[in-house]
Amino acid sequence: MTDIANVPGGPQRASTTDLVAASLKRRHRKQQRLQWIGMGAISIAFLMLFILVSSLVSTGWQAFTQTHVTFDVYVDPEEIPEDRLPRGGFDDALAASLGKMLPGVDMSDRKTARAVEGILSNGAQFELRDRVVADPGLIGRTIQMTVPVSDPFDQLNKGLIARDTPEENRRVTNTEIQWFDDLQDAGAISKPFNWALFTNADSRFPELAGLKGALVGSFWALLTCFLIAFPLGIGSAIYLEEFAPKNKLSDFIEVNINNLAAVPSVVFGLLALAVFIGWFGLPRSAPFVGGLTLALMTMPTIIIATRAALKAVPPSIREAALGLGASKQQVVFQHVLPLAMPGVLTGTIIGLAQALGETAPLLLIGMNAFITSAASSPFDSATALPTQIFIWADSPERGFVSRTSAAILVLLGFLVMMNMVAIYLRQKFERKW
Amino acid sequence: MTALPFLLLIAAVMAGYVINRMAAGAIRDRGDRLHSLIGYHGMFSALLILVPVLTFILLWLVLQGPVIDRMVMGGLPDGALDDLDSGATQLVLAEIKSLANGRVFGTPEDWKIAAGERFVQLSNQAAWLLAIAVAVLAVGLLAFARSRVAAEFRARQGVEGIVSGLMIFCSTVAIFTTIGIIVSLTYETIRFLEAVPLTDFLFGTNWEPQIPLREDQVAAEGAFGWLPVIVGTIVITIVALLVAVPIGLFSAIYLNEFAPRRLRSAVKPVLEILAGVPTVVYGFFAILVVAPAIRSFGQSIGIDVAPNTALAAGGVMGIMLIPFISSFADDALSAVPRALRDGALGLGSTRGEMMTTVLFPAALPGIVGGVLLAVSRAIGETMIVVMAAGLIAKMTFNPLDSVTTVTVQIVTLLIGDTSFDNPKTLAAFALGMMLFIVTLIINIFALRIVRKYREAYD
Repeated sequence: MTDIANVPGGPQRASTTDLVAASLKRRHRKQQRLQWIGMGAISIAFLMLFILVSSLVSTGWQAFTQTHVTFDVYVDPEEIPEDRLPRGGFDDALAASLGKMLPGVDMSDRKTARAVEGILSNGAQFELRDRVVADPGLIGRTIQMTVPVSDPFDQLNKGLIARDTPEENRRVTNTEIQWFDDLQDAGAISKPFNWALFTNADSRFPELAGLKGALVGSFWALLTCFLIAFPLGIGSAIYLEEFAPKNKLSDFIEVNINNLAAVPSVVFGLLALAVFIGWFGLPRSAPFVGGLTLALMTMPTIIIATRAALKAVPPSIREAALGLGASKQQVVFQHVLPLAMPGVLTGTIIGLAQALGETAPLLLIGMNAFITSAASSPFDSATALPTQIFIWADSPERGFVSRTSAAILVLLGFLVMMNMVAIYLRQKFERKW
Repeated sequence: MTALPFLLLIAAVMAGYVINRMAAGAIRDRGDRLHSLIGYHGMFSALLILVPVLTFILLWLVLQGPVIDRMVMGGLPDGALDDLDSGATQLVLAEIKSLANGRVFGTPEDWKIAAGERFVQLSNQAAWLLAIAVAVLAVGLLAFARSRVAAEFRARQGVEGIVSGLMIFCSTVAIFTTIGIIVSLTYETIRFLEAVPLTDFLFGTNWEPQIPLREDQVAAEGAFGWLPVIVGTIVITIVALLVAVPIGLFSAIYLNEFAPRRLRSAVKPVLEILAGVPTVVYGFFAILVVAPAIRSFGQSIGIDVAPNTALAAGGVMGIMLIPFISSFADDALSAVPRALRDGALGLGSTRGEMMTTVLFPAALPGIVGGVLLAVSRAIGETMIVVMAAGLIAKMTFNPLDSVTTVTVQIVTLLIGDTSFDNPKTLAAFALGMMLFIVTLIINIFALRIVRKYREAYD
């Protein structure tokens, strides 16, 4: 090597070295700049993710608790006569009992009585009705009840309504704040975990609205999607990977699958609307139709994952089985497929997680209807988690903002869980050959 | 009642399996040599019953609804439907069905009650007919399968033949889906074009799909020029790309060349999270955080920003596309052969120079392919724009203004509307057709670039 350095022309070479040395600093600075920009880009992406999650958590966590008021209710026989059940003045009975807890309130004034009644959630009277209908012996007695307060008071309790804003810009008046403080001083106000978020279906009143209908709807839709997409996806992946002759038809199928994976989701919604609902006459808003649509969208994902998993099984396994006299199908179904199963399941779970978050096609088939009960079969009308988020995000009431964030947190929770299961499966069962 | 045929089917399948397996077992126990294992004899019977009967049930269930509807409507007294259009006819049918389900609103006419009863009767008859047909079919197939059991019967080949057929059917579902998309979109688009001339749709600069639904309603005439809608889509797509391309590209460059291995393996999954967040979440993020932030920033420097500005929807869509672009660019950079890197470094370039002058240009086709796929994603993205972009179509390229997109129009035109015979709902299908064609062309083009480029270096 030293020979080469000593060839004639050394002085010029030295000056080149000088030139290079002189420019080196600048060139390194340039490289440094590129690195800084790169790190900056990554930081921006991370910052965005952080803002996204933190804004959801900061608005959503409040919805996981719900302000309740506990008080003694006198089931007034005058308001609620037994012979008129299930009708009766349940709201008036509640308001009268609550009014007793508030010092200096004149309940004979109709306006005041209305305002006092407004502290309670609209659902309180139905809770009382259900209790009384279930046991008419309660009439004339005094029972203790814990019911949700209405949305403005819930917000007040959670500090979302600033007490120092002028009264006319506030959703609660000074008197109402005074009442609430009286109740709080009396120890009647509690803020337990909001189970109603999971056990109630949708409602017009934020304090009563829950996700049960959406969770059930999503469950039916995903079940339908899985039952259709999983066998179809695996069947077609096995055929294409292991059996299909290399001909025009196989190529055409392959092109189709790749294109379907990239078709916008809203187009699948149009397909479902025109074909499943318009031509086949399947019911609108049904999770079954939603599941069918999602299945068509999930199938390419499952096919691609299954093919990759099948490809990863070494040929020696196939050759050994074939050598022992197994038929081609026996080789695939008894040896290759079981070995590929972890990869297949991982791909399926990831596909289902995508399907769980898919919204647009469900909107088009009407799964954004306002439905106040959970579906009992996949053919009943229902919403799904993402469409419920969409409905709540569209609602004007303040209380729905934190409900929406909470629903998103629940959805993200499910997605994280599904992905964790997928990662666990991959790490636990995937074999490196 | 709907469960009965399925229960019959399951029972028949299990019976078929057990009977044939036992029959084959008996032959084997006699000392004859069976061609196939006894399990295959059982499977043969089970599959032979399952496939045709299940197909039959599903076909029946799909056809039953429309056929009964037609029979009920055909049996109505003459003149009942004379001066009704298709929408009103659908309403009558819906009323008859709700009567049949026992929900009575107001006082329906006698002929409607009669039709409701007829509907119930026909439904019951159909259900029984189906159950009987399933039972007959299943028993017939069972007997046929049983008659095939013999020592030399090639049950394994039979089973494998059926399984191959099933697998081929599975693979053709993708083709049927594509055909379904094309046929349904084309069919509804043609009906739309019967109401609105093609030139008005393609070259009109006015999009006001609010047409009068009733004769006496006061509403705009309805205009279906898609240019302002596509302009809005382009504006939002450009905003999204302006956010996603630089951030995605520079992160990919850094991760691919400069980042320590541990940082790289930590950062990549976190970026993937951005891709896994459902779009409805991004939409809510846009209206909750981004749009108010942009608006108050605009106010602070004295610029009037629309509440649902294209910047918010586009920017948030850009965030969604970052991992998409960065992973495509990363793959493209990694696919450049080692020799090119080593050559550049060996000639004395810094790693930065190697990246900008050798690696990046060499990877450019792959990166462009990725960006094109991102474009098609952005055009087809629905929820972010439905929640954060505007509803009114304006011919403007100003990103501070509120614009609408193709997907927004599709969703708003179809939410809560069932009748398929007015231009308003059909317009959504025409827009869907254009969306499908545009994204398809971009996708094919992009995939071709990516594949060609990969082949060049393989």
